[in-house]
Amino acid sequence: MVTGWFTGEGDGFRLLGTRCPSCATVFFPREDVHCRNPHCSGGSLEEVPLSRTGRIWSYTDSRYRPPSPYVSNPELPWEPYALIAVELVAERIVVLGQAAPGVTVADLTVGMEVEVVPGVLHEDAATTWTTWHWRPTGVRA
Amino acid sequence: MTRDVAVLGAGMHPWGKWGRSFVEYGTAAARAALADAGVDWREVGSVVGADTVRGGYPGYVAGATFAKALGWQGARAASVYAACASGAQAIAAARAQILAGLADVVLVVGADAAPKGFFRPAGGERPDDPDWLRFRVLGATNPAYFGLYARRRMAVHGDTPEDFALVKVKNAAMGALNPYARYRKRVTAEEVTASAVVADPLRLLDICATSDGGAALVLSSVDFAHRHGVARPVRIRAVSTVTPRFPNTVLDLPDIATDSAVAVEPADATFRASIARAAYEEAGLGPEDLSLAEVYDLSTALELQWYEDLGLCGEGEGAKLLRAGVTAPGGRIPVNTSGGLASFGEAVPAQAIAQVCELTWQLRGAAGDRQIAGARVGMSANQGLFGHGSAVIAVR
Ligand SMILES: [Zn+2]
Repeated sequence: MVTGWFTGEGDGFRLLGTRCPSCATVFFPREDVHCRNPHCSGGSLEEVPLSRTGRIWSYTDSRYRPPSPYVSNPELPWEPYALIAVELVAERIVVLGQAAPGVTVADLTVGMEVEVVPGVLHEDAATTWTTWHWRPTGVRA
Repeated sequence: MTRDVAVLGAGMHPWGKWGRSFVEYGTAAARAALADAGVDWREVGSVVGADTVRGGYPGYVAGATFAKALGWQGARAASVYAACASGAQAIAAARAQILAGLADVVLVVGADAAPKGFFRPAGGERPDDPDWLRFRVLGATNPAYFGLYARRRMAVHGDTPEDFALVKVKNAAMGALNPYARYRKRVTAEEVTASAVVADPLRLLDICATSDGGAALVLSSVDFAHRHGVARPVRIRAVSTVTPRFPNTVLDLPDIATDSAVAVEPADATFRASIARAAYEEAGLGPEDLSLAEVYDLSTALELQWYEDLGLCGEGEGAKLLRAGVTAPGGRIPVNTSGGLASFGEAVPAQAIAQVCELTWQLRGAAGDRQIAGARVGMSANQGLFGHGSAVIAVR
């Protein structure tokens, strides 16, 4: 569905962005065409892994089943999941992601440290769609 | 030479889920605006339609669609899409034509028949569309973003769910007095805080619904208004349609991430604040001049944010302003006298036009039971998906 947004396994898992060689601006989701800094004349953007940990900017959850193109099994009862917006200090960027399974809004506070971990967005008999999740640091699933 | 344009007429179709086509809503609103203006449709030199995004061509060619429904008469036609800012861009296009001398009288129309439940992106596999991506990858609905903003306000400014509920109570009380509003019932704070959580910390009654609806304006040159016998028309003095400045550091719909601020320091004003600032600068007016404001209360918490972005109070002081009654009827600067989206629901291309209809009626002193005494200057503000700013300042 989207390629080149993350890489690696376990502790080596990282979100992948791109960086402008002229001005050092980082883009996520990756920008491969041209640097979007209006003060920059640009150059070929290069792939860069993002910081593994960050601080929670805000969070919420989804108590009702989102519409398509989100994929979920309508036969099963809806299980709400949390969404976390995370501020990466080095990149000075905020990245939204789903929380790891089992993490609810009751477990979260603004400013809390979280880490990026591999996750599963959806799977059927033929395919497993992988994604990234945010999880409070030190918590093991 | 004046840069003002006159608002000769304003009209709406009542909002709600009526099950009819957007053409019917828009045409009804247009006829109401023309009647209000006392202008014959055949006198209209240009029609600007704000587009819907429902499938097929008609929604995307709104200007000509409304012109056909009213009866082809050879007017110029234009159609604009800017998500929630579509109506403001339609007003901006009409104003530019009038000020350029291309047309003396322009009809602006926006109408929609919205789907039930959550808004969702157009179909197909479209990973190059950020709106498609946020649904596909994250299941991030519009209320999810409103929830993020609300939680952030609670953490940074100390807002409470009870503060948010008071916004709904205020707006529902005004909507109860507006015959065009979908919801005409007063609501208590207890009802808001007892409604189901949709996106923590926001509940069903904190979030606006989707609706059908239509709104229209007849705009003209001030000279035409005078020739037409209107000595003191409501005038549009500013229309702001600015984009954000890089880096945009607030996580805006429909993006998955903000811009990085690593290379360029963010501007001192956020995007929403810059929308208002551009309108103030163009009008030569400031927040202290406002008699009332209409802002996009997609959620109750977002209305508090707009107070700060409009400069009605300092950063983080929105809830204090609300609690002091400043933004309620009888306060220094009543906000969402129409009842707001809380009472209307969202009919995307119509809403920014509907905001200006309310300003017009208030500035004429014709807003009935919800009239703000002595209204002289009104401002509307909203923000459209994909970086579309929208604000209008009207004066009398
Ligand atoms: Zn650059």
